[in-house]
Amino acid sequence: MHLHEILFWFLSFMAIVCALGVILSRNPVKSVLFLIATFFSISGHYVLMNAQFLAVVNIIVYAGAIMVLFLFVIMLMNLNADAEPQKSRLVQMAAVLSGGALFLVIIAALRTVDLNNKAMITSEGDLGLIHNLGMVLFKEYVLPFELSSVLFLAAMVGAMVIGKKEEVIQNP
Amino acid sequence: MQLTKRAVNVDRSPMTLGEKIYLPAIAKGLKITMGHIFKKKATVSYPEQTRPFSPVFRGLHVLNRDEQGREKCTACGLCALACPAEAITMEAAERKKGEEHLYREEKYAARYEINMLRCIFCGYCEEACPKDAVYLSETIMPSNYSRDYFIYKKEDLLITEEQMKKRAATGKG
Amino acid sequence: MLLLSIDWIFIIEKVALILVIILASFGIAAYATWGERKVAAIMQDRIGPARAGIFGLLQPLADGGKLFFKEEIVPDRSTKTLFILGPALFMITALMTSAVIPWGPDFTISTDSGIRTVSLQVADINIGILYIFGVVSLGIYGVMLGGWSSNNKFSLLSAIRAASQSISYELAMGLSLIAVLMLTGSLSLRDIVSQQHGFWQDGYFSWNFFKQPVAFLVFLVCTFAELNRAPFDMPECESELNMGYHQEYSSMKLGLYLFAEYINMFISSAVLSTVFFGGYNFPWMDQVASAVPSGLFSLICVSVLMIKVIGFILFFMFIRWTLPRFRYDQLLNLGWKGLIPLALLNLVITGGVILFFFNK
Repeated sequence: MHLHEILFWFLSFMAIVCALGVILSRNPVKSVLFLIATFFSISGHYVLMNAQFLAVVNIIVYAGAIMVLFLFVIMLMNLNADAEPQKSRLVQMAAVLSGGALFLVIIAALRTVDLNNKAMITSEGDLGLIHNLGMVLFKEYVLPFELSSVLFLAAMVGAMVIGKKEEVIQNP
Repeated sequence: MQLTKRAVNVDRSPMTLGEKIYLPAIAKGLKITMGHIFKKKATVSYPEQTRPFSPVFRGLHVLNRDEQGREKCTACGLCALACPAEAITMEAAERKKGEEHLYREEKYAARYEINMLRCIFCGYCEEACPKDAVYLSETIMPSNYSRDYFIYKKEDLLITEEQMKKRAATGKG
Repeated sequence: MLLLSIDWIFIIEKVALILVIILASFGIAAYATWGERKVAAIMQDRIGPARAGIFGLLQPLADGGKLFFKEEIVPDRSTKTLFILGPALFMITALMTSAVIPWGPDFTISTDSGIRTVSLQVADINIGILYIFGVVSLGIYGVMLGGWSSNNKFSLLSAIRAASQSISYELAMGLSLIAVLMLTGSLSLRDIVSQQHGFWQDGYFSWNFFKQPVAFLVFLVCTFAELNRAPFDMPECESELNMGYHQEYSSMKLGLYLFAEYINMFISSAVLSTVFFGGYNFPWMDQVASAVPSGLFSLICVSVLMIKVIGFILFFMFIRWTLPRFRYDQLLNLGWKGLIPLALLNLVITGGVILFFFNK
C-alpha cells in the first residue's frame, strides 16, 4: 500500500469513529470534542487532496471559532449527562425517520459518484490551492460569493437587532 | 472636603481623542518605567548586608552582670509588675555563703522566665529595673516551630562573654 | 518499497531541525521567566532573583525542579481526562506554530553525492499565515477545557473570558494581516520574508513595518490579547478570579500552562518579526552574504532573527510591568469598536493605494 492510501484509511477510520462518538457520548462537552476531532480528520483529507487552503480554513472557521462558541454555550448553560431530558417516543421516531431519510439521500448521491475521476482524490490535483480557488471564486462565482456575503451581513445585523437591549420607554 | 493638601479630585469628564487611543498615555508610562531602570536599587541582600539598627531598637532581653561578672538581678519583681503583657515570671532565692562571686546582692532570681510570645518589646521592664539588671538588646528574636522554645529561661537570657565585650566596646548590644 | 522511496536524509534533517527548534523554544521560554522576573525587579527598583547561580541564572532550573516535585492534585469532582488533556493541548498548540516560521535562509552542504540545500524552515506550506491562525485559534481549547473540567467557578469564568477575548481579537488580527497580504500577494511566510530582503529597496524601506504601520499596531495589540498578557490578562486576573483557569492545577500541569504561555510569547515575537520586521533580513546583508560562507551566513541570519525576537519579548515585558489591567468591557470595546474599524479602514486605504498607484 502507498503511504497516501494508508493515511486515507487512517483518517477515514478516525473520522467515522469520532463522528460516532459525537452522537453516542452522553456528555455534551465530550460530544463537541469528538466533533472537533472529526473536523480535524476531514481537514486531513483535504490535505491529502492537496487542498491546503480548505483544510486550514476548515480548522480556523469550524474547529477554531464555531466549536469554541458551541463549547462556550454548553459551558455557560452547564449542560451535562444528568441534565439531558428523556425524549418522548414520538420525538425519537421522528428523529429516526429524518435521520434515515438523510442517510438515503447520501447513499443515492454516492451511487452516482464517478470513482474514475482521480484528479480530485490524489495529491496531484491543485484545485484546492489558494491561487486557483481565488481565481474561481472571484471570476466565475463572483456574484454568488458577494450575494452570500450580503446575506451574512444581513444575518449579523439581524442578530444585533435581536440581541440589543430594549430601550425602556418612559411614559410621559 | 480635603483631608490633605495632596488630595486630587477625580476627573470624570469624558476622554478626549488623545486619551481614547491610549498611545500617548502608554508612551508616558513606558518613559516612567524605563526611567526606573537606572535608579538606585532599594534591595538589601540580607545575610551579607544588614541594615543599621535604629538607636532605640528593642530586641531580645538580656540579664546583665556587673564588672566582676556577678548577676545584678535581685528578683525584686518590679519588671514583672511593670510588664503590660505579663510575660515575666520569677522566683527569688537567698544567696548562700560562698556564692558572693555569683550574685551581687543577698537576694537573687533562682528562676527568671520571659514568655517571648507574650512580650511586646515595650521596654518597660528595662525602665522599671532599679538595679539596671535587665535591658533590651539589638538581637532580633529568632523564629521556631515549638512554643516551648519561646519561654526563655534565665540561662538563655544571661549576658554572654561576647555581649559583655561588645557592650564594653560600644556601649550598646 | 514504501520505505525505500522515502528520502531518509531529508527526514533526519527535518527531525533534527524540529528538535532544535523545540529545545530552543524551551530554553528561551525558561529564560523568559527569568527575564520577566529580572525586568519586573529592575522596573520596581529591586534586583530580582540573584541567589541561584550568578545573577540568578539557574533560577529557571530551580523553578522547574520545584514544579516537578510538587504533588499532583486532580480535583475529586473534575472530569479527569479533560483535566489532563487541557495543559497538554495548550502546550502542543504552543509548540506547533513554530513549524512554518523561516528561521534563516537556506544554506548548502557539499556531500559526496552533490550539493545539498538545507532549509531552516520545517515546512514551507503556501498558506503559512493561515496555518498560524489555525493553530492559534486552537490554543484556546487548552484553556477552555482546563477551566471547565476543574469544576471550579472561577476557572469556568476565566475560561469563558479567555474564549470570548480570543475570538474577538482574532478578527482584528486577521483583518490587519490582510492589508499586509495585499502587499505581499502571498500567504507563505517564506515569500513574505524574501520580499523584505535587506533593509532598503527601490527607494523605500523594505520591511513591512514601514509600509503598514497601522496594521502592525493593530496586530501587536491583538497579539497581547491572544497571549493573555497584561494589559489584557483578563483570564487570570487575580483580583477577580483568584488565579483564573489554572486555579485547580498543581505540579507540572500548572507548569505546562505557565511555560506554554512563554513559548507562545516567543513564537508570537517570531511571527511579529517575520511578518513586519523582515524576519532574518538585516541591512547590508548582501555584502555580508558575499563575504562569508553560506553556513556562517545562515547562522548570522538566525542570530539576527533571535535578536529581533528577544527585543519583542523584552517589549512585551516592559508593557506588562507598565500598564494596569484593562477592565473587561474596555477590552471588548477596544477590540470591536476600536481595532476592527481601524483595521478595516487600513484595509480599504491599502486597497485603494494599490489600485490607483501600483496597478501594473
